[in-house]
Amino acid sequence: MPLIEFTNKGLYCRAGEFYIDPWQPVNKAVITHAHSDHARPGSLHYLCHHQTAPVLKLRLGADISVACVEWNEVVTHNGVKISLHPAGHIIGSSQIRVEYKGEIWVVSGDYKTEDDGISGAFVPISCHTFITESTFGLPIYNWKKQDIIFNDIKNWVSGNQANGKTSVITAYSLGKAQRVLQAVAELTETIYVHGAVWNTHNALREAGINLPGVKKVTPNIPKQAYKNAVIIAPPSSDGTPWMKRFLPYSVGVCSGWMQVRGNLRRRNADAGFPLSDHADWNGLLQAVKATGAQKVFVTHGFQSAFSRYLTENGIEAAEVKTEYGKEDDEKIPDTEEPPAKDTGGRAIP
Amino acid sequence: MKAFAQLITTLGTSTKTNEKLELLAHYFATENDADKVWVIALFSGRRPRRIVSSSLLKLWCQELTGLPEWLFEESYHTVGDLAESIALMLPPASEENSHRFSLAGIISHLLQIEKKDEEEKKQFVTRSWMQMSKDERFVFNKLLTGNFRIGVSQKMIVNALAKTVQLEANVIAHRISGNWDPASTSFAALLSNEGGSADHSKPYPFYLAYGLDGPVSELGKETEWQAEWKWDGIRGQLIKRNNEIFVWSRGEELMTDKFPEYHSLVNVLPDGIVLDGEIIPSIDGKPLPFALLQTRIGRKNISRKNLQEVPICFFVYDILEYEGRDIRELPLTERRKLLEEIINRNNHPPVVLSPVIDFASWGDLADLRMQSRENGAEGMMLKRKSSAYQVGRKIGDWWKWKIDPLVIDAVMIYAQKGHGRRSNLYTDYTFAVKDGDKLVSFAKAYSGLTDKEFARVDHFVKNNSLEKFGPVRTVKPELVFEIAFEGIAASNRHKSGVALRFPRISRWREDKTVDEINTLDDLKKMLEIFGK
Ligand SMILES: [Zn+2]
Ligand SMILES: [Zn+2]
Repeated sequence: MPLIEFTNKGLYCRAGEFYIDPWQPVNKAVITHAHSDHARPGSLHYLCHHQTAPVLKLRLGADISVACVEWNEVVTHNGVKISLHPAGHIIGSSQIRVEYKGEIWVVSGDYKTEDDGISGAFVPISCHTFITESTFGLPIYNWKKQDIIFNDIKNWVSGNQANGKTSVITAYSLGKAQRVLQAVAELTETIYVHGAVWNTHNALREAGINLPGVKKVTPNIPKQAYKNAVIIAPPSSDGTPWMKRFLPYSVGVCSGWMQVRGNLRRRNADAGFPLSDHADWNGLLQAVKATGAQKVFVTHGFQSAFSRYLTENGIEAAEVKTEYGKEDDEKIPDTEEPPAKDTGGRAIP
Repeated sequence: MKAFAQLITTLGTSTKTNEKLELLAHYFATENDADKVWVIALFSGRRPRRIVSSSLLKLWCQELTGLPEWLFEESYHTVGDLAESIALMLPPASEENSHRFSLAGIISHLLQIEKKDEEEKKQFVTRSWMQMSKDERFVFNKLLTGNFRIGVSQKMIVNALAKTVQLEANVIAHRISGNWDPASTSFAALLSNEGGSADHSKPYPFYLAYGLDGPVSELGKETEWQAEWKWDGIRGQLIKRNNEIFVWSRGEELMTDKFPEYHSLVNVLPDGIVLDGEIIPSIDGKPLPFALLQTRIGRKNISRKNLQEVPICFFVYDILEYEGRDIRELPLTERRKLLEEIINRNNHPPVVLSPVIDFASWGDLADLRMQSRENGAEGMMLKRKSSAYQVGRKIGDWWKWKIDPLVIDAVMIYAQKGHGRRSNLYTDYTFAVKDGDKLVSFAKAYSGLTDKEFARVDHFVKNNSLEKFGPVRTVKPELVFEIAFEGIAASNRHKSGVALRFPRISRWREDKTVDEINTLDDLKKMLEIFGK
């Protein structure tokens, strides 16, 4: 019996009797991070990093039962050692290390290898088996450094200000919004955010996480207040009547998908910034190699291509179907096909 | 190259016409002349000849990146554009050296190595790649693959230039059209305010009409309008200057050699004349189907048999230059009078005077329009009698009044992913009609649905694929569409025995099932009625 099994409820550790990021309600759920595809409601007990807990409660209900841990802190369940380690994806995001009788598995959750300054720097963990995501697992995805993209964003905002336009940045409310905030806060103090971004922002601030101050967009704020301001809003608000109040404005989309020109045109945005919270192609390869794992399971993304490439390069890999990968920030809802869905992966042991 | 790459990137993402215009104007105001000449050339369809094949570019990129072919292809498929795919996959530049490349420099290098061996080309391409930024690689690859399409109209180029050079827009349009070689033309020679170049083959920019949407009576008094048949050929200009004949298509292609019929006109037409009309196959003044014209265009060598079976005529309807003088500002009635005099004076078969239609009232005209197909026309043209011959597509004085297209209900049987903007969506479909209990494919169509509908059909395709064959999916024959087209002709290259002209989806018939679609017999009946 493998230490972690792929069941229809999610990744399951039988020896420790817990699930990792289950997509159906279970008894014990260890959570990598609070994005909705990884943290789902209904389980009896949750275990996560202490910076994940505030948003988990915001999203799943204040009355859920949550145990918090620090990174590197070891919790033992039925002799199975569980510990969390920085994944660099968003604030609090963690890889889950599971050790039993000398065998070590690591579940990456979502991760990126570049240190964004707020999420904790990704640390590769040695293991026998590594379960990795592959959202951007094709060689066309290689990111520019964060400071270069931040500069692009700042130049774009300054350009808009010179033209008397409001800058509306679309970014997922948990993760990307806080990350972009770092760049914009250097430029202006007039930052307004959409209600969804505001709620997350507040939950994080109340938990003692240091974030720049922002104002919430409300109906009683006069239109003039938005002139030359920066607005951070979730992608779903783009094109809705809610945006009218910012006219004249320019929309900038922050997403790894913006790497490909066609996606920017499809979204009809004014500017695209390929700023991603996921590892790029080289990041994925480095991360996999750094674990020293003999066996790799590839989940959500280009799992078929990435696992085939690993296998051809001497790392035994197989693709696994999961329910992950449905976050709205990295997803173009009506056009994005689940990559390589129909190529049929290898059987899972 | 850096500025050019920047220009292309921003033009490619900008959605506003004004913004694009400003960008171009800024480029023309600040960049060096040699590069500007090439930008004008590229945007007006004059690209350097392709010197390497796509498969070699793919191969070199795979060698540089060490990526296996299948992964390259999978990535390319995701991006949908080869130039961009390669730009994204290559490792970062070893030494980014933008200032070493100017656009004109790169192109002149490409022209130099055109005849050189593969190894020399490879050296140049791969070395250039490794010194370029991602955006520069993209435009460089576009130059190599020879397909520069960046959503900028000739009109916009002209307007942008008009902001920086001291010439009227229509003069600029004239200067940059026609037969000039960017490799040997300087910016000054092309656009200085005296004289201009001595190229006597140059056509005028075409005046294009909009389609009429509203009722024809809204155009006002009948007496102010001239009606003509709208022919289904290739719009062209026939020029005789310096005792030489030139024929230009609307796509600004010099087609003189394709139509030897016109050569005899050198002895017939007066010198210094430019005629506007339709290039069209015709016998005894009656047009033949467009499909026949295509058999002529596609051919390198034209046989005597071709000339006999598909003789090409020029249905002339306007005159733009007479005795070497630009007369486009004259009102249509005066131009028409002059035209009739000249053509009637020399009754010479390849030139046919496109008739003016007599009518007393709009009601009359509407009835006559119903006879368009019998006359071999696809509708009518309405032109204001006082109108000057303008530049480009202008609203107000000239209107197309086309007849409704032919339609047929069909079921989708294959789907393929689109390109560029739609590279992730199944947007290219093949349609079939019924033949007994079989389905027979008869047309492909790419356009006619809204983005929302495309997304829904895409979803259907992904969930109802029966089979995958390369990029093509066979889908469950379930979705019914109304296919509109402009003409129908017999064809032995198609399984159905017919070829359609301009097929497109006119609407999604969600109210119909596959049992209710049209049959092959219906198509054959249409062929009998309209295919002659
Ligand atoms: Zn996530
Ligand atoms: Zn995820």
